[in-house]
Amino acid sequence: MERKRQLSAFIKKEFRHIFRDRRSMLILLVMPIIQIILFGFAITTEVKNARVAVFDPSNDTATQHIINRINASEYFDIEYYPQQLESVNQLFQEGNIRLAILFTDHFEERLRHTGDAAVQLLADATDPNQAGMLVAYASNILAACQQEWMEEYAAPLQIVPEIRMLYNPQMKGAYNFVPGVMGLILMLICAMMTSIAIVREKEMGTMEVLLASPMRPGYLIFSKVVPYFSLSMVNLMTILFLSVFVLGVPVSGSLFWLLIASFLFITVALSLGILISTIVRTQVAAMLISGMALMMPVMLLSGMIFPVENMPLLLQLLSHAVPAKWFILSVKKLMIQGLPVHYVRKEFGILAFMAILFISVSIKNFKVRLT
Amino acid sequence: MNTIEVHDLTKKFGDFTAVDHISFEVTQGEVLGFLGANGAGKTTAMRMLCGLSKPTSGWGRVAGFDITREPEEIKKKIGYMSQKFSLYEDLKVWENIRLFAGIYGVDPKTIAHKTDSMLHRLGFYAEKNALVKSLPPGWKQKLAFSVAILHEPKIVFLDEPTGGVDPVTRRQFWKLIYDAAQQGITVFVTTHYMDEAEYCHRISMMVDGRIEALGTPQQLKQQFQAASIDEVFRKSARQAQRNE
Repeated sequence: MERKRQLSAFIKKEFRHIFRDRRSMLILLVMPIIQIILFGFAITTEVKNARVAVFDPSNDTATQHIINRINASEYFDIEYYPQQLESVNQLFQEGNIRLAILFTDHFEERLRHTGDAAVQLLADATDPNQAGMLVAYASNILAACQQEWMEEYAAPLQIVPEIRMLYNPQMKGAYNFVPGVMGLILMLICAMMTSIAIVREKEMGTMEVLLASPMRPGYLIFSKVVPYFSLSMVNLMTILFLSVFVLGVPVSGSLFWLLIASFLFITVALSLGILISTIVRTQVAAMLISGMALMMPVMLLSGMIFPVENMPLLLQLLSHAVPAKWFILSVKKLMIQGLPVHYVRKEFGILAFMAILFISVSIKNFKVRLT
Repeated sequence: MNTIEVHDLTKKFGDFTAVDHISFEVTQGEVLGFLGANGAGKTTAMRMLCGLSKPTSGWGRVAGFDITREPEEIKKKIGYMSQKFSLYEDLKVWENIRLFAGIYGVDPKTIAHKTDSMLHRLGFYAEKNALVKSLPPGWKQKLAFSVAILHEPKIVFLDEPTGGVDPVTRRQFWKLIYDAAQQGITVFVTTHYMDEAEYCHRISMMVDGRIEALGTPQQLKQQFQAASIDEVFRKSARQAQRNE
C-alpha cells in the first residue's frame, strides 16, 4: 500500500514536470512529424561493392562475358551463383544480396538467332536510392555489351533488361527512412530525456532528499522511466500513423512483432539513459553524452543515411555496437519486407542482450555511488 | 530519551578520515546545532546518520534503529531538508506537499487535511495553487521545512536550511524550528550563521573530523572564554590542520 502510494505520487510528479514544460513537450511531439517529412528528400547515397547473385542457366560465352564485365566493375561483387531460382529469394530475405541478375536459358542462342535476349534485374529496394543506382549501373553494363556485339556481328540485336524492385515497387524513399526515424526518435526520447530527468535531480540536490526518504532507488528510477515510456509510445504511434496514411508505407508484416521490436528497443534506450545518468553529474553533460554517443551513431552508423557496407572495416565493426542498427534492421524486415518473426531472431537476441547488459551495469554503478 | 546515539563513528575515504571517532547523544525535542568549517566533516557525519552513507567503523542508533543495518527503517522516521533543495520549482505548492507526503506513505485523506492546516498556519493558503518558483526565497524555505516534518518524523535533519535568507525570515524560520521541537521532534541543524547557533539548545563544534567541543552555547563560551559563538568558532577553527 505504502509502495503504491509512493509510486503513484512520484509518477504523477514526473508527468507534471513534463507537461509543465510546454515547449519541450511540443518539441518532443512535433519532432517526429518534422523529421519524417524532412528525411525523405535530402538523402543520396553512393554504392560500392554491392553483393550480387547471378542465376545463369545458359552458362555460355555471352553470359560469361556479361558476368565478367559486372564482376570487374567496382560497384558489384558477385558472391553467389545459385542453381535454383528459389534460392535467389532466400538470399534476398536473409539480406545477403542487394541485386540479382537472372539470365534466361539459351541466352547466346537467342541473342544470335532472334536478336533479342532477356535478362532480369532484381533489386532489394528497401533502400530505394541504392537499388536505383545498382539497377542503373547494371543496365549500363548490359548496354555496353550490347553495343560491342552489335559492332562485332554487324547485326541488330537486343538485350532487354527487365527490372523489378523487390519490397518497394514504387521506389519510395519513405521505405528507407521510416525505420531510421523511428530509431532516432525513440533513442532521443528514451535515452536523452531519461538521463536528463535523472541528472536534473542530482544537479538540483533533490536526489539527496529523495535518497534520504524511504523511496527505494529502484522505484525512483522506475517512476522516472514510466512517463518517457508513455511518450515514446505516443511517438511510435504517430510515426506509424504518418507512414501508413500519409506516406503510404504499409505495415506488411505483423504489427504485433513490430511493436515487440519497438518495446525491446525502447527498453535498451531507457537503460542506456539510466546508465548515462549514473555516470555524469550535470544536465549539460548528460545531453552532450547522449547527443554524441547516441544520436550521432544512430544517424551515421545505423545504415539510416549512409550504407554501412561502404564504410571502412573499423566503422563496420563499430556499427554492430549501435543498438539502433539492429532495431532498424528488424523494422525493415518486419514492417517493409513483411518477413515472419524468425528472420529477426538475431536482431531480437542482440537487443535483449544489450538491455540486460546496460541495466546490470547501471545497477552496479548506482550501488557504488551510494556507499 | 535519546533519539540519536553515536559512538566512535568513523568514515574514511581511502587514506582520508572525513569523520574521526565522534560520539554524542541527542535527546527528544532537542535542537542540536552542528557547526564546523567547510570540509570539517559535518555533511559526511549527517549523511551517515540519515542512512545515506555507511560508517567505516563505530556504531550509531537513530530513532531506535542501527545506522549500518537498518538504514531503510531510519529513513521512514526522519525528515530531511537542505539549503540546495527547496522543493520542486515547477510544481505547485500543494503538488509538492502531496508528493512528499506520498513518498512517506501518508494516506490521501490525511494529506488533504494536513495540507490545508499547514498552509493556514504558515499564512500561505492563498498560494496553494501557485508554482513554487513564484514564491519568495524565505517562503520556499519555510514551506520546505513544513513539508519535511509533515509526516511527523522523530528527527529532522536540516543542512544549512537558511542559506541566502534575510535575517527577519531567518527568525521566523527559527520559530518554526522551536515549534517542531516543542512537539517532540528532534532537530539536527548545520549552519554557517553564528548568530543562529545561539538559538540552539546545544552546539557541536567539528574540527578536522572530530568533535572539538559540545555543550550549550553558554558552556562553550565559558570553555573558550569567548563573548560570542562566532568567537568560539574562530578559536576552535584555528586548531584546524586541514585546508578546505
